[in-house]
Amino acid sequence: MSDLDELESQSVFILREAFRKVEKLGLLWSIGKDSNVLVWLARKAFFGRVPFPAIHIDTSYKLPEMIAFRERMAREWGLELIVGQNTAALADGMNHLRGRVACCTALKTDGLKEVVARHGFTGIIAGIRRDEEGTRAKERVFSPRAENAEWNFRDQPPEFWNHFNTDFPPGIHLRIHPLLHWTELDVWRYVRREAIPVVDLYFARNGRRYRSLGCAPCTGTMASAAASVDDIIAELEGTTVAERAGRAQDKEAEDAFERLRASGYM
Amino acid sequence: MNDNRALPIVIVGHVDHGKSTLIGRLLHDTGALPDGKVAALQEASRKRGMPFEWSFVMDALKVERDQGITIDTTRIRFSSDARDYVIIDAPGHAEFLKNMLTGAAAAEAAILVVDVIEGMSEQTRRHAFLLKLLGIREIIVAVNKMDRCGYAQDAFDAASRNVADYLAGLDLAAAAIIPISARNGDMIAHRSVPPSWYDGPTVLQALDALAGAPSEADRPLRLPVQDVYKFDERRIIVGRIDAGRLRVGDRLRFSPGERSARIASIESWNAQAAVSAAAGQSVGLTLDEDIFVERGQVASAPDAAPYAAARLKLRLFHFGHAPLQAGDAVKLQIGLAEHAATVEAVESVVDINDLTRRSAEAVGRNDIADVVVHSRTAIAVETAVEGRHLGRGILRRGYHIVAGFLVEAVLDAPQAAPVAGVARHITPVTSAVSHAERSAAWGHAGGVLWLTGLSGAGKSTLALALERELFRRDYRAVLLDGDSLRRTLNADLGFGEAERAENVRRIGAVAQHLAESGMIAIVACIAPRRSHRARLRHELGALYHEVYVKASLEICERRDVKGLYVKARRGEITAFTGVSDLYEAPAAPELEVGTDVLTPGECLEHLLDYVDRAFRPGDVRRLAS
Repeated sequence: MSDLDELESQSVFILREAFRKVEKLGLLWSIGKDSNVLVWLARKAFFGRVPFPAIHIDTSYKLPEMIAFRERMAREWGLELIVGQNTAALADGMNHLRGRVACCTALKTDGLKEVVARHGFTGIIAGIRRDEEGTRAKERVFSPRAENAEWNFRDQPPEFWNHFNTDFPPGIHLRIHPLLHWTELDVWRYVRREAIPVVDLYFARNGRRYRSLGCAPCTGTMASAAASVDDIIAELEGTTVAERAGRAQDKEAEDAFERLRASGYM
Repeated sequence: MNDNRALPIVIVGHVDHGKSTLIGRLLHDTGALPDGKVAALQEASRKRGMPFEWSFVMDALKVERDQGITIDTTRIRFSSDARDYVIIDAPGHAEFLKNMLTGAAAAEAAILVVDVIEGMSEQTRRHAFLLKLLGIREIIVAVNKMDRCGYAQDAFDAASRNVADYLAGLDLAAAAIIPISARNGDMIAHRSVPPSWYDGPTVLQALDALAGAPSEADRPLRLPVQDVYKFDERRIIVGRIDAGRLRVGDRLRFSPGERSARIASIESWNAQAAVSAAAGQSVGLTLDEDIFVERGQVASAPDAAPYAAARLKLRLFHFGHAPLQAGDAVKLQIGLAEHAATVEAVESVVDINDLTRRSAEAVGRNDIADVVVHSRTAIAVETAVEGRHLGRGILRRGYHIVAGFLVEAVLDAPQAAPVAGVARHITPVTSAVSHAERSAAWGHAGGVLWLTGLSGAGKSTLALALERELFRRDYRAVLLDGDSLRRTLNADLGFGEAERAENVRRIGAVAQHLAESGMIAIVACIAPRRSHRARLRHELGALYHEVYVKASLEICERRDVKGLYVKARRGEITAFTGVSDLYEAPAAPELEVGTDVLTPGECLEHLLDYVDRAFRPGDVRRLAS
């Protein structure tokens, strides 16, 4: 088995555990490379199907290429798509100029909470990875969230030997992280091996490319000549810059991302 | 970056014995740190007027990670010329053990750091014990701070002897014991200042010499069933192969249970069609027959199935808040199966300092203990020595995981496996005469009266009197006496745990045959374990009638009709029920007769009343002759 085979096998195992153990499951599809890999792994686990809805939280500020990609792939992959949007906050004029963290909280965190409540989801599959960012390194594969979606990262259940804790009191919902043990490079190597479609924004145009995708106002590009998946892999093998370096909301305060995560951000 | 997987290692030991220093030094000496990192830290230390420490490297990485500058410190990578490594951080002080288990469970090898002067602390010992529990067998011992004792050989020898003895007590052996100074970088990646008396490997050489976890693919097949899907016309059984390999056409047996079928296909999506798979792979299989299969069962080769057992001795590491004690209800998870179980007894709690055992009423938080549990349902299980995956598991109480465990012994392994192997080629022949015909002709139904109780309680005496009286009343009754059958049917069996279970099983099978032929089988046999009798009840169903012949141990010992108690007390008989072996009294027998409070005549009356009620259907009741 290659290391990618091992990663795939472990993620498929996790997805099947979630499907078996969690009553009402949804997959958080951000349209980025990681959640595309997640959709792909679900199809591996369930023999071509994705037997639960894919949820996209649309802030209305997403890069337009992302929305076009979403519509195209949802059809092609046969996804049951749920688009969530905090229309009340948008009607009230919420945008990043009112504070990036405030904007993320209203449009993403609250938008997700609303979808979870409306559809009665008891488990949300998300494509976060341990290597992305410090607080994510403390995550578990099956991570319980209280009713208000809060994450108590200081006292988490132990998790070992693939005995995932899936039994919680009513009111708790689970976040499930099948890619937790992958790295950014693993994701791209898997995208290459499986020929998984990704949004073109990842590839350099005029010397710049997106390394991480988000809302247009808060997501920056990096200088790069990487025009193909091969190029990106070669580039990442040499980088020492963090993946989320282009994500402005993380930098508003020293612990901004940790606070976003603790309050229920993906 | 190459495609070979990195060997995951964990670095454990007392918090002040130099773990972070060792990691900082390892990263630096193998060129894993960015250029200028150490120079910058040294400069920063100089400015603040404090001496530079190698542990600053780890601190700095953590700070940078928290600021989003660099990457993960929970999985730090470095490389030797031979291969790549990932250091799994086992972090934190509060809740440390829970986190260490979570992190270290993924490691295949460990470096145990010990201060040469302070030796093993309690924390070091606990970590060593957890390595054992986690099944990490490749352990490099780094005896650190050799510079502080002037590289004295006797200090190193004393420390290494101490560690080696402790590990031996855990049935572990160090892959290497190395004198190092993490601070000076001695004997880590380079043989700088090697003491003249040491010619063993450096830490990096010792790491490169590790084999890594042995391949599970060469062990017997173990595939726990995760789920069964029917998205379309295919019925697909999915799971991840824990051990062994399989191939289309192989016959799989699903335990617990006797059913088997052949693999018709290996299903997948967007992958080349495969005809075989091995340990580590998540697979989907279709079978050639639609046999009943459910989550938690374990697929194996038909002739190499795991045990199906209900009573286990566990060595557990307990991190639950509430103490664990006999009678507690727990959920037992082994493989992908969950079983409701009861803690039967706390045998002992291990003293972490000298590995001695003391008896205890309860298992406290962070205690390591041996306990006996029994489950209401059969568990597909192995001992930890026999199988890595089915030989370990977790205990849950309510919503919490409270312990991880290794299976020390399977206490009631039935002998069913070989029998089942043969049984496939045999077509059972049932009787030409029905139960209804027999009971109409003889005036009573068939059944088994199983007299259980301590030796000396009066089982045989009562059974003989009952047989005589039933005969007189025109019942078709026959006595099966456990002691007598030990000379014939069960002459090949001893008194070990498994043999006792088999003794009971065989008598049960004979009694069943008699009962099905319309007779009343009176069995006088201790059947000391609850699990023995639960199995009888399961196999015999409504035919089984349990009679508890009750007398206190004191009375039985005073009677000592056969002189056995005297011998047992003298130690001439080992594992004597009631004295040196446990008798588990029945919780809900059909009938209880107290031979220490009733006269023999009264006891017999109770039994006869019961037989009349239970075996004489109203429409065929006849007067006793």
